[in-house]
Amino acid sequence: MSKNKIAVIGDKASVMGFKVLGCEAVAVSDSEQARVALRRLVREDYAIVYVAENTAADILDTINEYADQPSPAIVLIPGSQGSLGIGMEKMRRAAEKAVGVDILPGNEE
Amino acid sequence: MQTRVNPNRMELLRLRARLSTAERGHKLLKDKHDELMQRFLELVWESRDLREKVEAQLESVSTSMVLATATASPAVIESALLFPKQRLDVQVRHDSIVGVPIVRFDHSWESVGGEADHYPYGPAHTPADLDAAIKTLSEALSDLVRLAELEKAAELLAVELERTRRRVNALEYVLIPQLQESIRYITMKLDEAERSNIVRLMKVKQMNEQA
Repeated sequence: MSKNKIAVIGDKASVMGFKVLGCEAVAVSDSEQARVALRRLVREDYAIVYVAENTAADILDTINEYADQPSPAIVLIPGSQGSLGIGMEKMRRAAEKAVGVDILPGNEE
Repeated sequence: MQTRVNPNRMELLRLRARLSTAERGHKLLKDKHDELMQRFLELVWESRDLREKVEAQLESVSTSMVLATATASPAVIESALLFPKQRLDVQVRHDSIVGVPIVRFDHSWESVGGEADHYPYGPAHTPADLDAAIKTLSEALSDLVRLAELEKAAELLAVELERTRRRVNALEYVLIPQLQESIRYITMKLDEAERSNIVRLMKVKQMNEQA
């Protein structure tokens, strides 16, 4: 049992609201900044890191590095531009990996 | 094909022992795989529904935010949100599903001075849409935390499931058939040696009688 914090990475408009609720909001403007921020947050033992989808789209490789570690939980959330379906896609891939076939009903492509 | 083994009784006994171990292991792993799969599917469906709900909520948050920035200048909004009144803490509990370590989260707000609500600003200079955005966001947050828990657990289970599936398949389609093949080969060889021995004995006996 330990006390941890929640962080949000995304463009300014996406993370603004979370700051009020006491999350650590990290505003980034390009993928390099996002990558650096993500690595820092992982090192600093944040329990949950939310990443806005429009930011996450460029740093998926970095996010996937942490997929098989128990902590932190990196979750993609729709940013200021609405849902891009990347978060759902991530779950779909996990399901495909586990089952061997795509089991979630398709919505795109 | 499998590596040739020495066709003797010692080797046969050893292989039979290995085969029975492999079969027992295969059964256990298969059970584990089935159980993991069931838990995983539950997690995936639940997280999918929750994600749809959360995404809808977050979208309404962004809409309100856009409206808020349209009615007031970005500077006003930014300064209103500059100092949060609360800190969000997450309790991390370690748990496990079928031996896979996962984490569970409980969140709680800790106010940093002032009464316990989410708004760090006065209502005078900020648009009502901002209040709406923050209200919806605070409602969405517990679902967001739950979503993080579910998705992380599903991800970890997916990795474990894949590993278990590979092991089950390796045992079922490679190791066990190979062992069975080797055992069959040794049995045949031994039988063959036995037969040729009998024939030789019979022949010797026949030659002795003729002499």
